Amino acid sequence: MARRYQSKLTWDDVTPEHLYLNRRQIMAGTGALLGAGLIGGQAQAQDLEPNTWEAITTYNNYYEFGTGKDDPSRNAHTLTTSPWSIEVDGMVDNPGTYSFEDIMDGMTVEERIYRFRCVEAWSMVIPWNGFELADLLDRIGVQDGARYVAFETANRPDEMPGVRVPVLDWPYREGLRLDEARHPLTLMATGIYGREIPNQNGAPIRLVVPWKYGFKSIKSIVRITLTDEEPYTSWNAANPREYGFYSNVNPEVDHPRWSQASERVIGGGLFARREPTLMMNGYEEEVASLYEGMDLQANF
Amino acid sequence: MSATARINATVRRVPGWVLYVVGAAYAGWLFYLGATGGLGVEPIEALEHRYGKIAFQLILVGLAVTPLRQHLGLNLMCWRRAIGVLAFFFVLAHFLVWAVLDVQQISAMWADIVKRPYVTIGMVGFLCLIPLGLTSNNWSVRKMGAAAWRKLHRLVYPAAVLGAVHWVWLARGFQLEPLIYLAVTLTLLATRFRTQKARVA
Repeated sequence: MARRYQSKLTWDDVTPEHLYLNRRQIMAGTGALLGAGLIGGQAQAQDLEPNTWEAITTYNNYYEFGTGKDDPSRNAHTLTTSPWSIEVDGMVDNPGTYSFEDIMDGMTVEERIYRFRCVEAWSMVIPWNGFELADLLDRIGVQDGARYVAFETANRPDEMPGVRVPVLDWPYREGLRLDEARHPLTLMATGIYGREIPNQNGAPIRLVVPWKYGFKSIKSIVRITLTDEEPYTSWNAANPREYGFYSNVNPEVDHPRWSQASERVIGGGLFARREPTLMMNGYEEEVASLYEGMDLQANF
Repeated sequence: MSATARINATVRRVPGWVLYVVGAAYAGWLFYLGATGGLGVEPIEALEHRYGKIAFQLILVGLAVTPLRQHLGLNLMCWRRAIGVLAFFFVLAHFLVWAVLDVQQISAMWADIVKRPYVTIGMVGFLCLIPLGLTSNNWSVRKMGAAAWRKLHRLVYPAAVLGAVHWVWLARGFQLEPLIYLAVTLTLLATRFRTQKARVA
């Protein structure tokens, strides 16, 4: 079942292609950018102005293509995204190798304009196109007892200059609790601004979990595994003190090396003011129930 | 005339103030680029990092002046003050971009300095350089006496190490570039201490 999350925004609300390709377009405040039924409070009160195509596709963290923000846009063209397949294994009824086309067959692709908050304390607003991960989980048949979903990014030294340096223990891996994975906000994105997702943004298919720091939204996925144990996640393994398994956006829990209380909104230029960071990146009402009774300071 | 001699002659002909003009113009040019979109979609971080890296490179060049003369006969001595003052100028610019454009609040600055070790050591490195910037003039050398002045200016050694660690600490994951800079810093300092020891012995 798709369309669990309804946005009032249509493509008329997003910057027209001929404009966003050229310059930053000021969005008229519609006041209702995020959906009606599910959403309220903070999220609704904000007018989300999507970043330009240029900002979204030239300022990226994708360390497989280099650690500089402009490295992915310069280097990622070498990634072969077609053919593409995803290995599905673990506690599923229908394991196997799914081609990209198999996966897309029958999926409802929706537009979702989400905030994107990087753990480095910058943020963007991105108009994604994608389907709900829950739909894919239904397709592959999650077995009883499975509690987590693990993901893996492609690891191709021939196509990815960055993996020759052990910045992280490649391949990049991420994971979600099953209820987080099934949440209607959790998206498998295949496009931005109605176009195919560029390589530097995680082509051909990536995860988007808008209430978590960006590194949880793993790119260029080649493997999905259902498991009953908390899976290995790359940043958490690299530095467990700095990057928790949950990594929910939380202005009250600082990164040990910098504050998470505010963020720099990309696109404001040299004299942009910092903005306060919102609890769960502004999606608190939608996701708070997932973490009821949990100590968010301890489970950061 | 050998290449070294040619370079030495050129260095003697170009006065220090030319370096100041070029350095200040370059800093201004980068700021202009940042303000007009030439440094990408996130100019604050880009400008902060550019100024910081240039400052660090200038400190390394300054530290290389003596070993270059001793080992290769390359004499940049009459540029050394200009190199040092420009390094201080770029550190100051790096600090100001951080304070005014990035952090934007005195309370947040103070919290960062106290709570974040990489900011703390960056600040300590900056403080080390302030007296050096202030005394980089003939009047100070005369007033202090050459021996005391030289001793004070050895503060550039801890400042260079602190600057390198500041950068290494700031990087996420295992990144090569800051580690290479740290290695170059330590190598330059090691040649210096070896020479000093040899002189004493």
